[in-house]
Amino acid sequence: MSSGRGSEQRQPGDGAGRLFELPPELAIDTEIAQRVVVGFIRNQLRQAGFSRGLVGLSGGIDSALVAFLVAEAIGPESLLCVLMPYRTSSPESVEHARLVVDRLGCASDVVDISPMVDGYFGRDGELGAGGASAGEASQLRRGNLMARQRMCVLYDRSVPWGGLVVGTGNKTESLIGYTTLFGDSACAFNPIGDLYKSQVRQMAAAVGVPEAIIRKAPSADLWPGQTDESEAGFSYPELDRLLFWMIDKRRTDEELLAMGFASAAVERVKRLVATSEFKRQVPPVAKLGPRTTGVDYLYPRRRPGSARR
Amino acid sequence: MQPLRIALVQLSPRLGDLEANLAQHRERLAAARSAGAGLVVFPELGLTGYQLQDLAAEVAMRIDDPRLLDLAAETGGLSAVVSFVEEADDHRLFISAALLEDGAIRFVHRKLFLPTYGLFDERRFFAPGDRLRTVESRLGIKLGLAVCEDFWHLAVPETLALDGAQLLINVSSSPGRDLAAIHEVGLGTAVSWRTLMRTYAQLTTSFVVFCNRVGMDETISFWGGSEVIAPSGEALFTAPLFDEGLYTVDVELGDVRRERVGLPLLRDERPELHLRELRRILAERTGLDLDEASEPLDGPPAAPGVDGPKGGPTSGPKGGPTREQRTRR
Repeated sequence: MSSGRGSEQRQPGDGAGRLFELPPELAIDTEIAQRVVVGFIRNQLRQAGFSRGLVGLSGGIDSALVAFLVAEAIGPESLLCVLMPYRTSSPESVEHARLVVDRLGCASDVVDISPMVDGYFGRDGELGAGGASAGEASQLRRGNLMARQRMCVLYDRSVPWGGLVVGTGNKTESLIGYTTLFGDSACAFNPIGDLYKSQVRQMAAAVGVPEAIIRKAPSADLWPGQTDESEAGFSYPELDRLLFWMIDKRRTDEELLAMGFASAAVERVKRLVATSEFKRQVPPVAKLGPRTTGVDYLYPRRRPGSARR
Repeated sequence: MQPLRIALVQLSPRLGDLEANLAQHRERLAAARSAGAGLVVFPELGLTGYQLQDLAAEVAMRIDDPRLLDLAAETGGLSAVVSFVEEADDHRLFISAALLEDGAIRFVHRKLFLPTYGLFDERRFFAPGDRLRTVESRLGIKLGLAVCEDFWHLAVPETLALDGAQLLINVSSSPGRDLAAIHEVGLGTAVSWRTLMRTYAQLTTSFVVFCNRVGMDETISFWGGSEVIAPSGEALFTAPLFDEGLYTVDVELGDVRRERVGLPLLRDERPELHLRELRRILAERTGLDLDEASEPLDGPPAAPGVDGPKGGPTSGPKGGPTREQRTRR
């Protein structure tokens, strides 16, 4: 991939070097984006008949940004942040999540998912509910179960809180399929799902997400030392640029190569996008009847007679 | 001449809720009247909302629908443009904009161009209109009505101006997208529309009135930014992006005459030339391009008996070069 086209973004008074790298073609008008997204959050809640929301706060930038935006849209008193650490989660993650809660002054709740996850996989030689094979489960299986346990907790907590689960996945991870189906990608609606990671950083800086959160290396924190960029083998600015030109700007492979992207990177990202199509779509239903949901029965979710206000 | 006060009603319809939207229209109409407006413009599908999908048939109104007639009845001494789903006698559904004047429905324009690409899926649910006409208004001038995508086709403003329109009205439900920071106003859609409207006003030396809705349907945000552009291409008024509201603008209709005398672009239009070339282009597209209005071709003359001027039993109906010869030129 080509590099060196990024501009360095600083916040006023930030003397400690660059906060993040923002490829110029990805820079958005954050004021307009904030306006649209805040309106979207209010609208989604009102249209579903709710006035409260809840966010699973990981300590990372995506959920921090969403918490800030939801607080702006409906007020911090209507937001519940749920922290769901596992016993091996980085202590820094919980610390950063608390930083967001303190800054916003919203309600928060901590649910340790360790007993739920260990109860399935087992721990210290004890068999879990998943049996012997679960005891030898790969990191991938463990990571997926953690993500899905968090989804279960969020949806359970949404009932007493009387609010909707707000999604925190960004466009980059969705496009390359770096998500757990029915896990971290499960939500009632997603305000940042059309923003690349670099744009999430730009927005986060604009709305005042604490710098420590913007600056640190993104991680799913499913096992110690894991970072997105080491796992994917790309830096986010590089990956975002490639996805932007490939998908938003419809450049062909030849054009991408001529722009300086490496052939191996183009091939790999194309494969990631193509193989994860299923993660971005509603599960298919066999067409049998005269009118089938999503095919030839097409109604807006918010229609007369729905729960909207 | 008294200035004309135009009211732009940048509202957010409630999707699929005809009654709520009719009430909103009546309320805004009354407010515009007390603000002294002579022309009140509501956005595309302001009476129904935009992202209707299968709801379209459920909110459709015939042109003699009592609910529409009741709304028209409230336009005594006023001109208003409202938009809704129209059901024809043969049950085709159209996205229509109606001019209501002095208590009656004076004119209906059916949206001609239905975007069905990108985030749009209009042709799936609606039929395109077939007529492009101006209407003589109580305001003493001819108006040209268009709906959203109609203005993404050059022939529409041009034809309306040639047909005598001095004020072009475009009602829209334009979804905002493309937030790239390089844009002048932070929203790609707004930049494109502004370019179009200034260009059309200048080239047709007419007023251009653009009324775009705000609010959200499902996942899409409508950006507002309604405008009034003078015949010189100058923006007289630009409404804020995304804000709901009723905005009034005073215009001097006499500006059309002043502009057209000083800059007689419309006088110098060559519709007969345009028509001739359009006929040729259409003929070529359909393979019936054996017309004699074309310029003579270079190259060797056609073999006698095949395409020669006298022709034989095997020659084409009018002689002249074959399609193949032309493309070889």
